[in-house]
Amino acid sequence: MVEMVSRPYERAFEKHALANPEVLCISADLTSSCEIDKFRDNHPDQFLSMGMAEQNMMSFCGGLGLAGYRPFIHTFGVFTYRRPYDQLMASIAYPRRKVRIMGFLPGITTPGGMTHQAIEDISVMRSMPNMTILETGDATEVESICEAADSIDGPVYCRVLRGSMPRLFDTPIKVGEMRELSLGNDVLIVTAGITTEEAMRATKALEAAGVSVRHLHLHTIKPFNAEAILDHINAVKGGVITLENHVTEGGIGSLVAEVMADNGVGKKLRRLGLKDTYAHGGSRAYLMRYYGLDALALTQGVEDLLGQKLGITETDLAEARVDAVHSLAKAEGL
Amino acid sequence: MWNIAVKNERTTEDIALGIRRRVFEHAMRNNGGYLSQACSSAEQLAWLYNEELNLGAPTLPMIPKPFEGVPHADNPDYHTGAGYNGPFEPEYDRLFIAPAHYALVAYATLIETGRMAAEGLEMFNKDGSSVEMIGAEHSPGMEVHNGTLGIGLSTAAGLAWARKRKGEKGRVWVYMSDGEVQEGQTWEAIQCCAHHRIDNVKAIMDVNRQQCDGAMDSVMEVGDIKTKMENFGAVVVEVDAHNVNDMREAAKTKHDGKPLIILANSNPFHAMPILEERFPRLHYVRFKSEEERARMNISIADSLGVDPIDYAH
Repeated sequence: MVEMVSRPYERAFEKHALANPEVLCISADLTSSCEIDKFRDNHPDQFLSMGMAEQNMMSFCGGLGLAGYRPFIHTFGVFTYRRPYDQLMASIAYPRRKVRIMGFLPGITTPGGMTHQAIEDISVMRSMPNMTILETGDATEVESICEAADSIDGPVYCRVLRGSMPRLFDTPIKVGEMRELSLGNDVLIVTAGITTEEAMRATKALEAAGVSVRHLHLHTIKPFNAEAILDHINAVKGGVITLENHVTEGGIGSLVAEVMADNGVGKKLRRLGLKDTYAHGGSRAYLMRYYGLDALALTQGVEDLLGQKLGITETDLAEARVDAVHSLAKAEGL
Repeated sequence: MWNIAVKNERTTEDIALGIRRRVFEHAMRNNGGYLSQACSSAEQLAWLYNEELNLGAPTLPMIPKPFEGVPHADNPDYHTGAGYNGPFEPEYDRLFIAPAHYALVAYATLIETGRMAAEGLEMFNKDGSSVEMIGAEHSPGMEVHNGTLGIGLSTAAGLAWARKRKGEKGRVWVYMSDGEVQEGQTWEAIQCCAHHRIDNVKAIMDVNRQQCDGAMDSVMEVGDIKTKMENFGAVVVEVDAHNVNDMREAAKTKHDGKPLIILANSNPFHAMPILEERFPRLHYVRFKSEEERARMNISIADSLGVDPIDYAH
């Protein structure tokens, strides 16, 4: 039974901020939505409301960084780079300010539709010199994200989960490493964030169908350890498949493709994710099914990769599903 | 070897004249330049550096070092050009030149106030030089990239809030241009300063009513800047940009809990009246012909009380 954890960020941030007086809690009018409302109420001296004005917020945080503070920006991920892209680049990324951008509601984890869904954030941040990218996939990673982010000598963008979530791992994020979740030799599955849980479910069904799965979970997306993943790519016979809560251009699928091309790896790669499309508003489970981001999409992708039908059905995956994961999860609100 | 900056060794008016002469000479030799910015802003920058700013002696070499790379994890020795404004001590002021396009005038100001050697201007816009055309972080006197207009005041607000929190006495000054009020970020920054009662920010804005495409009224009308800024929460004083006494008095204005913004109404042809021929395209004056270059050379030299520039050599 997977343990469900409620609001791990709220506790983790408070603990980290109180131990580090140079950390400032920055909010852009989404304070309770980013689980920092109690922090605001209990520690007003360390909290700064920037209002709905992200352009000013980015440059302002650049100024705070110049003075030696380490601001943690809290808002939805999408609001940290679409409107204030220039300010993010000029005031934070270029001068390597130690600004920690906590981007909530990554990908389709919000019913808010196109304006709220950060579906290309990794692509944008990967192409931004000096930016580090971390992503959380469970409660343990959310609990360790503040410390991990604050260890970076420069700016960092984090995809952060909120609300109720499973605890899949028992060790904190170690920046620069990747998690080896299974070490089979037929296919390599690479996931990050919420797609890892899907892949863990798919792995059980795939193994039952006779496919030996090697599964890696990425929490550090940039900088990326190409050599480590190359060893895993070389260890499988049947090819590589990536599944991401992001468009397939510029995210972890592209990352793996680049490593394979750079090293002349002659293996097949299937990149699953949002296929050059925006999403719309809906529940996470509905959107993951509709856009092919779930365990079923992954098993079908493996069938395509291997060129053989495995006969895995939705029922097989439902049985592999850990019931507690979704029965306790609240519907995502705004 | 070089003169360390000594405040008020020369009058601010004399420094302003020196700035215009240097920018004029540079523009003549290079067949163009940011001449009009020198007309409008010379007294403002001269006043800031010669009187108002509390700065320590420069910490960087009088002759600027070449470009040494951008900020990067692999470039640990990187530093900005802010050392020309002195060290980052708690008691000293900091300055952001928000319109980085005024760099040529700002560099001339550093020379005239003994903070940079005249050789620095010879490096302007040369490949491999740190003395860039649009002031970069690593350019003399610059501390951040302000080439995209509108981000300067926000950066200053963040630094000022932090300095207040740390109990530092030094203030944060911003040199602004009026075109920046077309950017929404400027208004976000003012309301933020007012909301957080950031009153150690002071700005002086060159209100020359010009922007890249021409006269601001023809590009995008901005209305009554003073009233708008006051409504967003700033204390605003209007002055004649060519009257140093006006600026001295304006800087004394009380502004508890609010940022102070001095609107310096300037003449984009001040001290170079022949430039009016080029209205409304004043942003970067590139001479259209040898005839024009020669004519402007004689006229501006006469206005500034110097000999025409022998730009053929």
